Amino acid sequence: MSEHTHDHDHHEAEGPHVSLKEYVIGFVLAVILTVIPFWLVMGNVFESSTTTALLILPFMVVQIVVHMVFFLHMNFHSEGGWNMLALIFTLVLVFITLAGSLWVMISLNNNMMPGMMG
Amino acid sequence: MFENLDLTKLIFGRLTWDAIPFHDPIILATFAVVAVGGVAMLVALTRYKLWGYLWTEWFTSIDHKKIGIMYIILGLVMLLRGFADAIMMRLQQAFAFGDNMGYLPPDHYDQIFTAHGVIMIFFVAMPLVTGIMNYLIPLQIGTRDVAFPFLNNFSFWMTAGGAALMMVSLFVGEFAKTGWLAYPPLSGILQSPGVGVDYYIWSLQIAGVGTLLSGINLLVTIVKMRAPGMSLMKMPVFTWTSLCTNVLIVAAFPVLTAVLGMLTLDRYLGTAFFTNDMGGNAMMYVNLIWIWGHPEVYILILPVFGIFSEIVATYSRKPLFGYTSMVYATVVITVLSYLVWLHHFFTMGSGASVNSFFGITTMIISIPTGAKIFNWLFTMFRGRIKFDVPMLWTLGFMVTFVIGGMTGVLLAVPPVDFVLHNSLFLIAHFHNVIIGGVLFGLFAGITYWFPKATGYKLDEFWGKLSFWFWLIGFYFAFMPLYVLGLMGVTRRVSHFEDQSLQIWFQIAAFGAVLIAVGIAAFLIQLIVSFRRREALADETGDPWDGRTLEWSTSSPPPPYNFAFTPRVHDLDAWWQMKQHGFKRPESGFIPIHMPKGTWAGIVLSAISVACGFALIWHMWLAAAVTFVALIGTAIYHTFNYDRDYYIPAEEVERIEAERTKVLANV
Repeated sequence: MSEHTHDHDHHEAEGPHVSLKEYVIGFVLAVILTVIPFWLVMGNVFESSTTTALLILPFMVVQIVVHMVFFLHMNFHSEGGWNMLALIFTLVLVFITLAGSLWVMISLNNNMMPGMMG
Repeated sequence: MFENLDLTKLIFGRLTWDAIPFHDPIILATFAVVAVGGVAMLVALTRYKLWGYLWTEWFTSIDHKKIGIMYIILGLVMLLRGFADAIMMRLQQAFAFGDNMGYLPPDHYDQIFTAHGVIMIFFVAMPLVTGIMNYLIPLQIGTRDVAFPFLNNFSFWMTAGGAALMMVSLFVGEFAKTGWLAYPPLSGILQSPGVGVDYYIWSLQIAGVGTLLSGINLLVTIVKMRAPGMSLMKMPVFTWTSLCTNVLIVAAFPVLTAVLGMLTLDRYLGTAFFTNDMGGNAMMYVNLIWIWGHPEVYILILPVFGIFSEIVATYSRKPLFGYTSMVYATVVITVLSYLVWLHHFFTMGSGASVNSFFGITTMIISIPTGAKIFNWLFTMFRGRIKFDVPMLWTLGFMVTFVIGGMTGVLLAVPPVDFVLHNSLFLIAHFHNVIIGGVLFGLFAGITYWFPKATGYKLDEFWGKLSFWFWLIGFYFAFMPLYVLGLMGVTRRVSHFEDQSLQIWFQIAAFGAVLIAVGIAAFLIQLIVSFRRREALADETGDPWDGRTLEWSTSSPPPPYNFAFTPRVHDLDAWWQMKQHGFKRPESGFIPIHMPKGTWAGIVLSAISVACGFALIWHMWLAAAVTFVALIGTAIYHTFNYDRDYYIPAEEVERIEAERTKVLANV
């Protein structure tokens, strides 16, 4: 809903250089990274579902990186380093939120519902 | 499905005549007053043919200055509603002892304290802060508008839409009785089957869209649109603190959206995120909502720190002491604000290690905050201080905020918190920092920048009166609550047995009356200043001998802000320009490219409110129709390519020549 019409004059030059090749590589990688986890789950390749889950996780992480590099065109110096800074900040916050919540909730369960912990 | 299709139910959902609170004389009287006032206003607007003016010049305007002013008006109007709730609670608690049950039934009292909290945070503090940021950031960084001007208008209307939906709950149905954060299981469908929590959810979700988008908008504006030469460390302090605040908004508000989304699913679709059974965990809600909630208080206080920094430097006629340390303190607070959320629920039952970690991080946050206080003190030290109204608010803030900060550090000690949790001590603490910090800062900022926005200064006498009544009223209203809290009185209670407590509540009620006088004085100040606007006019554009770029424009600034983009060489750019005998360019103007107003923001917001109302009352047909309309209108708007225009060079020349003439006469 932003103002992306014909008018913005001086910002255009700063945009990333985008090529079709980049998008195709990104698309193919994304498809591969999606199909393999699907196959792992649908084809019941492993006996234990824990193994499947643990194997799927790295695919997810790589998938995120592929999207960021090939579709969002992020690298270490795009947008004068702001992209990198924002990414680092985001990672820190996501880590704080996830690790903190797990720590808090596990500690809570240990203290308040000792019977429920294995 | 179709054999028990009930047409009334399909259209009206659970909305029936019972939803209108005819039985409650208080609400009915309020409704009568609001209706009479509202009709009178509509008649006046029609009589003086102001509709067209309002529509073209304000409602559809995407000028950041007008949107900023509309945000501030919204915040001030909602302040009156929120304060009405406050004074009702104070009166109830002053009388409801022993056999006297007071005048509010518990059921109504619960809605009032919930509404008070929600309104004061989301619809008073947030709009006022966003309004001031909206008005000032483009002026301070020397640009003509924000990065996404239409988005700005849309954000404002979404915030206003959320406020409107919340106000509807006063007369149609009820509001939540859960407290301002709506903890489950109380806010779950089993304990709160009514529409109250749904009003809460949808008004916050609609307003949340506005807050998040405006955060993105201002963030991009500061990062991408600064005037040439303004490196990060040459940005005015207010712009710096706004930058950090908008980073916090962008990072924190999605968490609130997600949490409320899960609560919605629990209530509407029977999922079990936060229920007591089916593996749900209500504590997870508390955990998640405070991951948003703690950054939220820094979202409110950081810009206000920036306001104080600007004011202290201007009225001490010195550069701000320790600019660099101020910036670093702000950044440190930004990150640390994400590491303290558990201190809101020390008593929930996490272990000693968790509690001590969060207790210590909370205490650490007081270090950068303390550094800021010292920076302001050193700025004032040996300065030639002018005790104008903004400076009075600043001094009142520094004393009051330090007291609030100290009680905060006290509460950060987990064993102390076990004693004081949910007591009136806590209530006194956060009102101490929010009124003494955020609100004082907003009043200081409004007084300070008022001449910039309107072209005339605010009347000194009524301003001082308002300040003193607020300050003294605050101490009368909240110091007794510290005492009561230490004695173990808990929050959100509508009736007491122990008569010995009554005197404290009566003192607090007296304080609330003093604050009411302070608010009245502020409103009178607006009227008196408007009537004396000729005498109070500011023709220089720089009435306080300011230091930052906004004071280089006329008051009020022209639609394009700056005829030429200023070039920045130093921190305190305008001060440096004045020192070096800066001459305004008087010729060579070129046409200026500007964004055009649009109806889309207000229409999209109105449809969102209708959709929210339909969802609250389970009017599924209307909900579906409005939702489709919402998406359709948004798509339709994207085909509008007529979004910009040029202010011709002659027009710019005419405006600038007029200013030259005015300046010559000063």
